[in-house]
Amino acid sequence: MIGLPALYTLAGLVFAGWAAATLLDRQHPRRLRGAAFWGLIAASFLAGDALGDMGNGVLVLALVGLALAGAPGKGQPATSSSEDRAASAAARGNRLFLPALVMPGVALAGTFLLPRLGGLFDPKQVTLVSLGLGAMLAAAALMAWTRPPASAAVQEGRRLAENVGWAMLLPQLLASLGMVFGLAGVGDIVGSLAPLAIPDGSRLAAVVAFTGGMAIFTILMGNAFAAFPVMMGGIGLPVLVLGLGANPVVVGAVGMLAGFCGTLLSPMAANFNIVPAALLELPDRHAVIRAQVGTALPLWLFNTALIWGFAF
Amino acid sequence: MTTLPSLWPLAGIAIVVIGFGLRANPLAVVVLAAFGSGLGAGLSVVEVVAALGKAFNQNRYVSVPWLALPVIGLMERAGLQEQARRVIASARAATAARILILYLGLRQITAALGLTQIAGHAQTVRPLLAPMVEAAAERDNPAITEDERHKVKAMAAATDNVGIFFGEDIFIAIASILLIKGFLEGAGIIVQPLQLSVWAIPTAIAAFAVHGLRLWRMGRVSGKAG
Repeated sequence: MIGLPALYTLAGLVFAGWAAATLLDRQHPRRLRGAAFWGLIAASFLAGDALGDMGNGVLVLALVGLALAGAPGKGQPATSSSEDRAASAAARGNRLFLPALVMPGVALAGTFLLPRLGGLFDPKQVTLVSLGLGAMLAAAALMAWTRPPASAAVQEGRRLAENVGWAMLLPQLLASLGMVFGLAGVGDIVGSLAPLAIPDGSRLAAVVAFTGGMAIFTILMGNAFAAFPVMMGGIGLPVLVLGLGANPVVVGAVGMLAGFCGTLLSPMAANFNIVPAALLELPDRHAVIRAQVGTALPLWLFNTALIWGFAF
Repeated sequence: MTTLPSLWPLAGIAIVVIGFGLRANPLAVVVLAAFGSGLGAGLSVVEVVAALGKAFNQNRYVSVPWLALPVIGLMERAGLQEQARRVIASARAATAARILILYLGLRQITAALGLTQIAGHAQTVRPLLAPMVEAAAERDNPAITEDERHKVKAMAAATDNVGIFFGEDIFIAIASILLIKGFLEGAGIIVQPLQLSVWAIPTAIAAFAVHGLRLWRMGRVSGKAG
């Protein structure tokens, strides 16, 4: 059955390719550190299950140490000149948009078709499997159509990966921190402290404590999913629903959306806020968050008013 | 009144707040926070390292989408960004604000239908959306500063986020809806996913109105009516 193990092998090979290309890049200012950085990520994908918890933990510490020492750095991946690109755009015109549709198209088709193919694909991993299939198909089509040097797929991927840099690791590491927080009981403690912030009997104060708690705890954790059980268990259910008779459907659904307003403001939500700033080569790491403040705050007020006005 | 629990496991949260406040390297902040909370909860150093390693290995799926980078790079090598700019340069009606408002609406609608994966920062924002709005902003304001150019690109990424966050919860089978349903079920309250997703619609409309208005005003400020 094709599922996560196959995807991990594919991802491991991609990272291993970047490690090898970095090692061969004589102009790379941090050649060995960069190669070790990509190589360790490749090792995690290819052999993570065999390393054991302690082995993986040491691997994480080594990756973070390398990042602090300047890995992965930027080398000189072979790519086309801006004149080549302008000429290619002039010659190929709007047909260049077609490959950009391959990955979304495969994602769309895969969502509907893969679960029907019996036991061939893991039904729980349809999204990621579609992504892997789409990436392979699109890469093959582009190689056949534009005929770049054989190493281009590796070098072009490395060019973008070096632009993103160590921030690539941040989403996975933050998800891991969430698990360690869970192990340490952080959520339970916050959930037991949260009700203490509410003055007795005030409906509005209770609603604000709930939506505000959702937003703030989401900013701290980077993920509304982590905040929801804590705030719902601490305030939403005992105070709003059971204490003040609020409708649990409105409290749950809109409370989650109040948390999403926090996600827009959180540097811990790296996938949405930090990685795109790196991908777009913006000098300010928090530029995307700054662009979102003016949307997140009015929407948080709207969600708070929605619960206050319609849940009772 | 129940007695207060030990607060030491919250050390990790304090480290996160201070670390991001000081703009320290986030990877280092995360590792220190794991040690802060782990040691605060009574784990040993070795146990924290093992817990971090176990969690890192279980969360590898989070980093799988990076395997799409070679495809994006190959498209850029063939001139995709240049073509996106050429198209916009000749379509004067396509202002930066209008492109982003259209994208916001499409992203919300497709996310509401469960199609969250057909767009994203690597798939669409970097190769298509950002070069398009950048080209439109340059065309309409030839004196654009580097700072304004960065702001427009940041707004492209922000628009993708707002679109997916406040569209996806209308789809009944999305993870957040299932999490809410599961939590309420654990408390003995049975709700249907559709009841929950209907309550995502008012905020979706408000998100389009608030963010759309900000985009429209951005277009007015940058010199030309959006």
